[in-house]
Amino acid sequence: MTPTIEAVGLRKRFGKTVALDGLDLVAEPGQVLAVLGPNGAGKTTFVRTVATLLRPDAGELRVAGHDVRRQPGAVRRVIGLAGQYAAVEPAMTGRENLYLVARLFGQDARAARASSARVLELLGLTGAADRLARTYSGGMRRKLDLGASLVGAPRLLLLDEPTTGLDPRSRIELWDAISGLVAAGTDVLLTTQYLDEADHLASHIVIVDHGRVVAAGSPAELKARAGRNVIEVHTRDRADLHRAAAGLAALDHQRPQVEEATHLVRVAVAAGSAPLRDALGALDAAGVAVEDISLRPPTLDEVFLALTGQALEQPEPAGDPAA
Amino acid sequence: MATVPAPVPRSAGLPVSTLGIARRGLRKFARTPQLVVVGTIQSALFLLIFRYVFGGAIAAGGLDYVDFLVPGFITTGLLFAGMGAAAGVAEDLEQGFVDRLRSLPIPRSAVLAGRALADTALLVWSLAVTSAVGFAVGFRLHGSLADALAAFGLLLVFGFAFEWMFITLGLVAGTPQAAQGLALMVFPLTFVSSAYVPVASMPGWLQAFAEHQPLTVMVDAIRALTQGPAAEAMLGHGAGFYVVRSLAWSAAILAVFVPLATARYRRG
Repeated sequence: MTPTIEAVGLRKRFGKTVALDGLDLVAEPGQVLAVLGPNGAGKTTFVRTVATLLRPDAGELRVAGHDVRRQPGAVRRVIGLAGQYAAVEPAMTGRENLYLVARLFGQDARAARASSARVLELLGLTGAADRLARTYSGGMRRKLDLGASLVGAPRLLLLDEPTTGLDPRSRIELWDAISGLVAAGTDVLLTTQYLDEADHLASHIVIVDHGRVVAAGSPAELKARAGRNVIEVHTRDRADLHRAAAGLAALDHQRPQVEEATHLVRVAVAAGSAPLRDALGALDAAGVAVEDISLRPPTLDEVFLALTGQALEQPEPAGDPAA
Repeated sequence: MATVPAPVPRSAGLPVSTLGIARRGLRKFARTPQLVVVGTIQSALFLLIFRYVFGGAIAAGGLDYVDFLVPGFITTGLLFAGMGAAAGVAEDLEQGFVDRLRSLPIPRSAVLAGRALADTALLVWSLAVTSAVGFAVGFRLHGSLADALAAFGLLLVFGFAFEWMFITLGLVAGTPQAAQGLALMVFPLTFVSSAYVPVASMPGWLQAFAEHQPLTVMVDAIRALTQGPAAEAMLGHGAGFYVVRSLAWSAAILAVFVPLATARYRRG
């Protein structure tokens, strides 16, 4: 089968900034592909190139078999784009926004009305359909933006950091909406800075940095290589630190890190909440006075470090076109 | 679970996409009262100030000052309305609306053409308002009704041409603030023209510019059409002279800015 996206040696630079530096990537049909990376890694540049908004300087990029440089029109017919900004018209209602995009996708008036209504229903916006989009909350606007990318029934949905800047509840609602689409059979390319988002939505993750792919695999594969949870313990007394570390080391044969200055012991553990219970037991047995203890997923930095052996560099300054 | 219908992928033609985008522009205007109200009040105030504060001190050849002023005022109003268009284009660019449109399977010219069409249609509103205020403060037609209608049509042509200049500015500026800043260039263009005072009253070096810039010819065309023989006597040529030249200017403006705007838009 023709890959949904096929990028070979893709390059793009803006002045002196290299945004894509020989990026290679293949997305198969039926896949939800997450491009994960820090700010300035080239994620947005890649999505904009797939969306035919930018022309690559070198390399090959085919979307559903169509070359983005030679057949941009054909590419535009199979994609739907939802960006970092909610690109909807605030002075039109949700329904009017979707109707406009459906018409621009070439649907006649009746089909456009029907598909707008169906997308509103799908995203749970029917109740707010006839209110002006300027009265929507941030999360609702994002959903409407997602709807606009959907109303043309694209084969491939491009979501550029779909939940950046949303509150946790809106974020989960949007995740649910995206999961629903995926279940209905739409291919998705999404970019994100959040490991949990990629984990939640994607069947395949590609980690990019400095415009190239540094790791790729299923969430399970990547997590098996890197995605261990982290337990952090603050002890009340500095004297307890090393006893705490010894107790935690016995848990899972990982070597804990100790930060004397902040009375902190940090250790990587297996998934699930069981290690936390075991850790509490171990600390109790060692007679350590615990100030606080927490369990968290690894940060992008920690995944990077584990997968590439390199610490993440500082994000590029805001406003960089390659961001 | 509801599924999205899968119509045969095809694209909307130029007319459908242009009209769809134009309709959005009109709705935005109609549903944003501050755009309507502020613009209207501003232009009315401006007209009142010129008519009653400066007017007494300005000699306008053989015409009453109000008859001299209002054609100039209405014509320059096209440019002041255009400043908003530049900001609007830049805002669409900044907020990702342009990206959405550029990712759709529609002719790329439709986006700008739709915008220009909507903004030109809005000029009908602003022309109606300024004309009404003009009549209220004493402006009268001294030519035929046919000539007055021709003047109205001509104003729409000028407005459409200038619209492309402002679209280009908005695309180049990138942010609404920068677009507003760039659009300030309308001030020398409007004031150093025959719109508010006769060009002959300016120093020689300024006259050279004022006489040879498009706005002066356009204003004079409107003056000649609405004021008849008195204006033609004052200006020195018949209405046809100014109409032809103002249409040539409009064509020249379109010839420069349509390709510029389109190229800038394609580049993204």
